[in-house]
Amino acid sequence: MKEFMFLFRLPFNTDESEVTPEKMQELGKKWNDWVGSIAAQGKVVNAGPRLESTGKVLKKSGVVTDGPFVEVHEMLGGFLRIKADNLEEATTLAHGCPAIDQGGSVEIRPVYEQH
Amino acid sequence: MMDNDTGIIANLFREEFSKMVAVISKRYGLQHIETAEDLVSETFATAAESWKEGGLPPNPTAWLYTVAKQKTIHYFRRNRILADKVIPQWESKLEMAEEMAEVNFSTQQIKDSQLQMLFVVCNPAIASEAQIGLALRILCGFSIEEIAEAFFTNKETINKRLFRARERLRAEKIKMEFPPNSEINTRLDNALHIIYLLFNEGYYSKTKNQILREELCHEALRLGVLLIENESTNTPKTNALMALMCFHASRFSARQTSEEDFVLYEQQHACNWDKSLIRQGMYFLGRSAAGNEITSYHLEAKIASCHCTGTDTREKWEEVLQLYNQLLLINYSPAVALNRTYALYKADGRETALKEAKKLKLVNSHFYFALLGELYKGVGDKKAIENLRRAFSLAKTETERKIILKRMQT
Repeated sequence: MKEFMFLFRLPFNTDESEVTPEKMQELGKKWNDWVGSIAAQGKVVNAGPRLESTGKVLKKSGVVTDGPFVEVHEMLGGFLRIKADNLEEATTLAHGCPAIDQGGSVEIRPVYEQH
Repeated sequence: MMDNDTGIIANLFREEFSKMVAVISKRYGLQHIETAEDLVSETFATAAESWKEGGLPPNPTAWLYTVAKQKTIHYFRRNRILADKVIPQWESKLEMAEEMAEVNFSTQQIKDSQLQMLFVVCNPAIASEAQIGLALRILCGFSIEEIAEAFFTNKETINKRLFRARERLRAEKIKMEFPPNSEINTRLDNALHIIYLLFNEGYYSKTKNQILREELCHEALRLGVLLIENESTNTPKTNALMALMCFHASRFSARQTSEEDFVLYEQQHACNWDKSLIRQGMYFLGRSAAGNEITSYHLEAKIASCHCTGTDTREKWEEVLQLYNQLLLINYSPAVALNRTYALYKADGRETALKEAKKLKLVNSHFYFALLGELYKGVGDKKAIENLRRAFSLAKTETERKIILKRMQT
């Protein structure tokens, strides 16, 4: 088994104030059930932290920009470290990720193995 | 002596053996733990003989403590271990009375010694299978026969394990003391884990001996109480484990009458559950909700509390499902994965659950095929029977085979 990192990218245009508590709950269930499904297969290495939608970006010559990150279409929403036999299986596991329904994406990257 | 008296001695043995062994080991050092066990066993042999002739003394426990004390002091005097090796700082000519005061079976001394003994047994230096055996022997006063029966093995194997465990105690020079504050959290994790295993050994034991199983669970609860009564070990996670054990124990009699050893709770009758244990469980669950650490005990206790409410609503199963989702991230096991899928079935329906169940591929587990059999019911009866057949061929006990057969016929 190899390890892979799922990087969730979410559209940053969602205005959170418009989201109803019911919608939030529904979305929460989707995410938890999806991660739970991978965990039930014994394939989660660890669940990374969820990231808040605020923050800063530091660039060359010390330029600091405040979030939200206007120059990108998607922002990083969180991580999940999983294990799978190969990239194909990892990609199959990523199917059904709620980030995709939300108009975002999942980036699937093998974790560098030290030899 | 009447049969009733034999029962009284057996009960006293279970209650007092571990206390006396702990106090004597505390006083003379863990290297003498076997001697302590022998001395206490001898005390009970003397009691059986003497009570047969003269009847039960007015206070049997006090009688046992006095005799154990005398035997202990005589032993260590005779062997001169006391003066030469154990405590050289002692003056060599101590009065008998002073020594008597040193082997102190006061309530506080017993509690302290047992708590310290619990931490000794949970020392990571001892192999884990030996740990439970040692816990059963030293902390719970089980006989070698009973331990062998609980583990479904023979006396020789258990004796060997215990022998190796005691050797480790000596080799590692483990002392009977309370862990220092800096280590208490990790050491407590070990202690809670051992108590949890002890409880499960009783709750899921392969042995058919019902009394033995209940006593195992009872002892696990008693050790938990020991940690609750001590301020620095009375933590949220200790309370969570206590809650979990209370909830499970509340179902004990209901589980037996229905012969339901499967993971599914729906066929149990909530009216058979022990209400006072559920109330205690709720109390501990309330006290576990503090701090910011969520352990698997917290999640398992919450799941058990959901089942204890007895109602079978979609909302309940949705809550259970989310708790299982969380539990899987902390502590994956095939059993948790199967329970999670069952909760998914009850919360989101057959189709969703079936899709998820197929991904699990737990092809060595009869529970897995029993679950698939359940999920295919009504949507693919041929597949349902096929899966139940596989479950039947993989089942481990007669009871399990009976339940699966019954499902094939409905």
